Amino acid sequence: MTSFCGTTLCLDRSDINTDEIIPARYLTEIEKTAMGPHLMEDLELEGFDPKQDLKEIGVLVARRNFGCGSSREHAPWALEANGIHVVIAESFARIFYQNMFNCGMLAITLNTKQIDRLFQAAAVSPLHVAVDVDTGKIQATAGPDTWTIPFALTGFEKALVQAGGWVEYADQNY
Amino acid sequence: MGKTIAQKIFNSHLVDQPFGEVNVLRLDRVFCHEITTPTAIQDLVARGRDRVFDPDKIKAVIDHVTPAKDAKTALQGKILRDWARRHAISDFFDIGRNGVCHAIFPEKGFVRPGFVIIMGDSHTCTHGAFGAFAAGVGTTDLAVGILKGVCAFKKPDTLKIEIIGTLLPGVFAKDVILEVIRKITVNGATNKVIEFCGPVVDAMSMEARMTMSNMAVEAGATSGICRPDRVTVEYLWPFIKDDYPDRQAALENFSRFMPDADAVYAEHKIIDVKNLPPLVTFGYKPDNVKPVSDMAGTRVDQVYIGSCTNGRIEDLRVAAQVVRGEKIAESVRAIVSPATPEVFSQALEEGLIKIFMDAGFCVTNPTCGACLGMSNGVLASGEVAAATTNRNFNGRMGKGGMVHLMSPATAAATALTGAITNSHLFEN
Ligand code: SF4
Repeated sequence: MTSFCGTTLCLDRSDINTDEIIPARYLTEIEKTAMGPHLMEDLELEGFDPKQDLKEIGVLVARRNFGCGSSREHAPWALEANGIHVVIAESFARIFYQNMFNCGMLAITLNTKQIDRLFQAAAVSPLHVAVDVDTGKIQATAGPDTWTIPFALTGFEKALVQAGGWVEYADQNY
Repeated sequence: MGKTIAQKIFNSHLVDQPFGEVNVLRLDRVFCHEITTPTAIQDLVARGRDRVFDPDKIKAVIDHVTPAKDAKTALQGKILRDWARRHAISDFFDIGRNGVCHAIFPEKGFVRPGFVIIMGDSHTCTHGAFGAFAAGVGTTDLAVGILKGVCAFKKPDTLKIEIIGTLLPGVFAKDVILEVIRKITVNGATNKVIEFCGPVVDAMSMEARMTMSNMAVEAGATSGICRPDRVTVEYLWPFIKDDYPDRQAALENFSRFMPDADAVYAEHKIIDVKNLPPLVTFGYKPDNVKPVSDMAGTRVDQVYIGSCTNGRIEDLRVAAQVVRGEKIAESVRAIVSPATPEVFSQALEEGLIKIFMDAGFCVTNPTCGACLGMSNGVLASGEVAAATTNRNFNGRMGKGGMVHLMSPATAAATALTGAITNSHLFEN
């Protein structure tokens, strides 16, 4: 069984780019974990304080085209170093999306209504989600409210997450 | 059913189709630079898999920060250098022979129509200018590419962008691609391949096509492909002349990858550029685009001419034509970075470097440098740059800095006045 869960941080913006996720000035680091403290430190968003708000977060929710810009896998690594293994958005940039699965992590696409509901719930009380890869279901909990959101992954994406990433998958298959 | 260029390339490189939904392709080239490759190398070493699938198909360069600016960037260079040596990767370009990856690899003749190419760099789409499928990938894809010579891609839905009309004097490929991105937006081509065609593209040089393909990723595209034609063959001829009896034979061979007349496209857009003025970006997204005249008078602190978008000889020629005999404004710092040693030598020979220096430009060695705000011209917070690069994200050239993207002609004219301005080459 492959599942992820965590408290959710909702970032109310589209087109959050890889420079905002991890600025280029940290690309000189060669240890993946070195990205951790710098996650989103350049992201300018009203009321957002990366030092405070990313603590104890397991899941990110954003709007459209998350992860656009550069190919840097440093972006998923910066998330991973902070214990964030799941990003949920209306859409993703291709390379970021692929990088997440290549690292054995999850990028989940939901429709506008489902995303809106997550934002609304999180505005009222802390939002917690549990993602079950095998059944393709997200269990969302905010205050007394609990609801289930189905999501779709392709067979290949599932296989990557289950294998632990693309290196492991490729090693078994090619 | 007719096929697009990308579909033909996919079919000819297919290794596996897991779950019937992704295409694992055989790679012709894996390009490497010192920012994203060292982590892939470390990863492979840690897994006990320090091998390469084919040293002749791997090409590597130190280009992002060169000469190294500190101990960390020196270590990145060292990891790449040691790895290239240990695996006998003979096409490795170190300082003195190095240049911006997407400029130097085509210049060395490493790209062919129909190739599948990956690199841990989003602007790998540049090489699509040759009729190749070239895509930027992350470090894990790069590691697997280095180890196994394969990479997985979704089905290549193609967005055909036909560019018609004739460009006004003073309007360039950079303006055309900014117009394309303005029209289709930053995610207008996400998960798609762009196929650029039409009379405007046919009339472009390889340099101009590279400028255009380079920025396909700014619209989200996986690759930006131009159709291989006589211009492509002419550019490649010095590298392929032993493989074909004549140019016609090469062209016929490459036309295997031309799209079928009844090719099925996901979308087809026609963009008429006949009245297109020079363009410039504003704000922090590459689809925030306006005519230069609308932004005229916006003061800048630094002008940067270079990068994989616009650091080639044609770009330097145009910029030099604008600054010839003039001086840059006192309020401005201007930097020109020829993209490769060959571009640098050619510019020297043609007297362009002298023109830039007389005008007050700082001429740097070939490097990515200021383009990504890591070295050679990082902005201070609150500063504004006019740049011929491809990305205007917040903080791209330095935290708190603003970047306006434009053509070399516009950037050169902006250096002279210290504020965004049209070049005298533009005639409306
Ligand atoms: S010149 Fe800029 S965009 Fe091009 S490869 Fe270098 S850093 Fe990337």
